[in-house]
Amino acid sequence: MDASVLPEDDVIARLAGVAPGGAVAAALAGRADILAMTREAAAASLTPQEPGGLSHGERAALAVRIARLHREDDLAAHYAELVARAGATGATAALADPAFKGEGDTRLAALLAYADLVTLAPKDAVAGDIEKLKAAGLGDADVVRLAELVAFLAYQIRVVKGLKLMQATA
Amino acid sequence: MSGTLHAFTTEVPHWQPRVKPIDLAQASPAQLDALKVTPSNTKVSDYVLVLANDVETLKARTPLFNAIMYNRGGLGRAERELGAVGASVVNRCIYCAAVHASRYNQLTKTQETMQRVFAEGEAAALEPREAAIFRFASKLSKTPSAADGDDMRALRAAGLTDAEILDLILSAALFGWANRLMHTLGDPVAKEGEG
Repeated sequence: MDASVLPEDDVIARLAGVAPGGAVAAALAGRADILAMTREAAAASLTPQEPGGLSHGERAALAVRIARLHREDDLAAHYAELVARAGATGATAALADPAFKGEGDTRLAALLAYADLVTLAPKDAVAGDIEKLKAAGLGDADVVRLAELVAFLAYQIRVVKGLKLMQATA
Repeated sequence: MSGTLHAFTTEVPHWQPRVKPIDLAQASPAQLDALKVTPSNTKVSDYVLVLANDVETLKARTPLFNAIMYNRGGLGRAERELGAVGASVVNRCIYCAAVHASRYNQLTKTQETMQRVFAEGEAAALEPREAAIFRFASKLSKTPSAADGDDMRALRAAGLTDAEILDLILSAALFGWANRLMHTLGDPVAKEGEG
């Protein structure tokens, strides 16, 4: 009946190092519905049933990249496993490296430019950044898919970061 | 877009999409389900119709958003809005800041806090509890996050419980998500007859 037992498959609680039975675990247990909905949102963003023009491998590799841009190495390692599970190799796997800018591939270059800008400095995003995605061949639905992926990760990474701080000062 | 707003305001602007909203008349059953469209509820904003382009994420996101901002217990409603505003100021999402600053003002029946936030930005001088909340939310919103142990200890010193701190983390993080959609997929423009 221990209300502070968290599901073992909860990536956020695991990567934040939440101590079982502690105060942070108890607070999280009070928001178990939100943790569950966050796991559903992660599945919808990373491994959707209909991935459209953004494959599971590309999504996982972008997640590694975005975690690295946030300097959240544990989360980057978690998503690297997802890259491997998706069987991504070559240019797709290369998306994980923030130093790779999509050289020689218009579509990848546009994807990465958007992902990097909106991860690091969303305040600087302008209408032209969406136009560049469309010019590189992304349809409206794929623009939204990419935006949701980048945006969801910004949320998930900050929840992990916040919980780590909570745990460290508990 | 000539009428695009660039300054913070508590007057909620119009949101002009940069991506095509789905056509409700041609929406799939999955889209109608995610949009919660029923014969008695057919009003859906352009923003949500844009997000319906990615129906799986929209379906997961809507209940999550509502739970984080409106679930019972924990952090008060106004302080969750303050967390949302902290993120929106860092990310300069004019539309999000307007919606959530105006909600904060309605809930607290004050205007001074938001006037200071909009005038002074992340350095706004606020009352101690508000200051600890706003500072944590804005620092968590940087990339990489700049929040540290001192910011967390300031929340505890201001009297926030673990349950309240968790809700603040969630509301500020949620707007890391919402700002990146709202601010990149459309423009805030003055409503007709205003500004």
